[in-house]
Amino acid sequence: MGAFLLFVIVLVAALLFWFVGAYNGLIALRNQTQNALKQIDVQLKRRHDLIPNLVQAVQGAMQFEKDTLQAVIEARNQAVKIAASGSDLQNVARTAAAETQLTGALGKLMAVVEAYPDLKATTNVGQLQEELTSTENKIGFARQLYNDTATQYNTKQQQYPTSMVAGLAHAAPAQLWEITDDTERAVPKVDLSMKPKS
Amino acid sequence: MGDEALDLFSQQAANRRRSHWLVASFILFFAWLGLGGDWLAWQFTKDLPPREYHHQFPFVGIALLLLAWGLVAYIRRTGAEKVLWSSGALQLVNPVSDAEKLLDNVVQEMAIAAGLPKPTIWIIDDADPNAFTTGNDPLHAHIAVTSGLLATLNREELQAVIAHEMGHVKNLDTQLMTLMAGLVGAVALISNGLGRAIFRGGVPEERAASGISRARSNMGPLVIVVLVVWVISWILAPIITRLMAMGISRRREYLADSMSAQFTRNPLALASALDKIETHSEASTHIQGGVAHLCIADPLGRHVSNLQGFVGDLFATHPPMALRIARLKAMGYQAQKAAGIFQPS
Repeated sequence: MGAFLLFVIVLVAALLFWFVGAYNGLIALRNQTQNALKQIDVQLKRRHDLIPNLVQAVQGAMQFEKDTLQAVIEARNQAVKIAASGSDLQNVARTAAAETQLTGALGKLMAVVEAYPDLKATTNVGQLQEELTSTENKIGFARQLYNDTATQYNTKQQQYPTSMVAGLAHAAPAQLWEITDDTERAVPKVDLSMKPKS
Repeated sequence: MGDEALDLFSQQAANRRRSHWLVASFILFFAWLGLGGDWLAWQFTKDLPPREYHHQFPFVGIALLLLAWGLVAYIRRTGAEKVLWSSGALQLVNPVSDAEKLLDNVVQEMAIAAGLPKPTIWIIDDADPNAFTTGNDPLHAHIAVTSGLLATLNREELQAVIAHEMGHVKNLDTQLMTLMAGLVGAVALISNGLGRAIFRGGVPEERAASGISRARSNMGPLVIVVLVVWVISWILAPIITRLMAMGISRRREYLADSMSAQFTRNPLALASALDKIETHSEASTHIQGGVAHLCIADPLGRHVSNLQGFVGDLFATHPPMALRIARLKAMGYQAQKAAGIFQPS
C-alpha cells in the first residue's frame, strides 16, 4: 500500500512538473513573439521618421517624378495611421499590408534615385541611402525573427501534449507577417529617357 | 524551424553545462594540487619526532581553493575586458566614417536577426581580416573586428561574418570561450609562478629531503604514486588546459556557420567571406595566442587547421577552412535549388 501511495505521489508530482513547465514554456514563447513584434514596430517607426528627410533631400531635383514621391508620401501616411492604432499578435496582417505598400513605393523611389547619378553623388542622399538600406534590412530581419518565433509559438501550442495546456495559458495562434502583394518583389520600371532638371 | 530551435536550446544547455563543468574541474584541479600537496606533506612529516614541524592543517589546499574561486569570480567579472585589452581593441562609440557607419548598421541588423541586444562594437587596427566575440552573457556581449576585415569584405560578407559571431553569442559559446581564455591564462601563470615557488622555495629543501628520505623507508607505494602524479599535474596543467580550449572550440565553428546562414539566409555570403579571409590572412600583430580560439579564423596564420586527422584534431583551434566553405556552399546551393534558381557553372 505504501509503495502504491508513493507511486501515485511521484506520478502526480511528475504531472504537475510537466504542467508547470509546459505552461511557462508557452508564456515565455508568447512574450518572445510579442517582443519580436515590438522589434518590427521599432524599425517601422524608424523608417516612418526617415522618409520625410529622404523626400526633402530628393524632391528639389525630382520635380518630374511627382507620382513616385507622392506614392511614397501616401503610403507612409497610411502606414503611420495604422501603426498609431496599435498592433497585436492577431492583427499583424493589416500592418504588414500597409508596410508592404510602403516598401514597394520606397523601392521604386530608390530605383529612380539610382538612375540619377547627380542626385546620388550628393552626400546627403548617399548617406540617406545607406540608412534606408539598413532600415529595410532591419525590418526584414525583425520580420524574419518574428515569423520564426511566431511559428515556434504556433507549433508549440498545437502540438500534443502541450495543446492541452494551450487553453489555460490563453494561447492563440499568432499571425505571420506575410508579404501579401508582390509590389515588394516587382522590379520598378525607370524611364531613362527623362533627363533630370539641373 | 522547430528542429533548429531545439538544436539551439540543447546547444545552449550543453554550453551552460560545459561552463559549469569547466569551472568545477578547474576548482577540483586546484583542490588536487593543494590538498594533494597537503596530504603528501602530512605523510612525510607524521613520523618525524614530536619537536619537528607536523603538517596537519591543510592550509595549502585551502589557499589554492580560495585562489581558484577568486580567479573564477575575477574572470567572470573582467574576462571580457582583459581579452579586448590584450588585443588592443578600440571601442566604436561614435561611428563617423562610412565604413564605421556600415559596421554599426550591420551589427544592429544582425542583433535584430538574432533577437539579441546590440553588442558593443570594437575595432582592432590590424591588417589580418578576423573577428571575435567575448563577454559573460548574451546581454553584455562585445564584438571585435579588425580593420583588415572591414577593408576586405563587402556588405553582405561582413553581414555573414557578424552573423557568425552573433551565433556564438546566442548559443552561449562566447561565455564559455571567454571563461576558457581566462582560465588558460590563469593556469599558465599559476603553474609557472606558484609551481616554481612551491618546488623551490615554499618547502625548505633539506627538510623536505630529510622528510622524504626518512619517510621512504616506511612509505607505501600509494604515496609514491600520488607524489609522481602530483608533480606531473603541476607540469602538464598549462598544456592540458590549452588542449581543452582547442578541442572545445572546433566543433562549434560549424554550428556558428550554420547559425549565420539561419540569420542571413545567405550561406554563400559567408562562404565567400571565409574564402577571402583565408586568402588575405597574414599573421596577426594584435591578437594573442590565448584568444585564438575566440576568432572566426585562426589569427596566427597557422596551417595546422588545414590538416586533417590526429594532428589537426589535437592542435587546431578551427576546423579546416575548405571543409567549412564546402558545407556552406552545399547549404547555399540547396536553397537555390529549392527556389529554382540554381545554375551549375
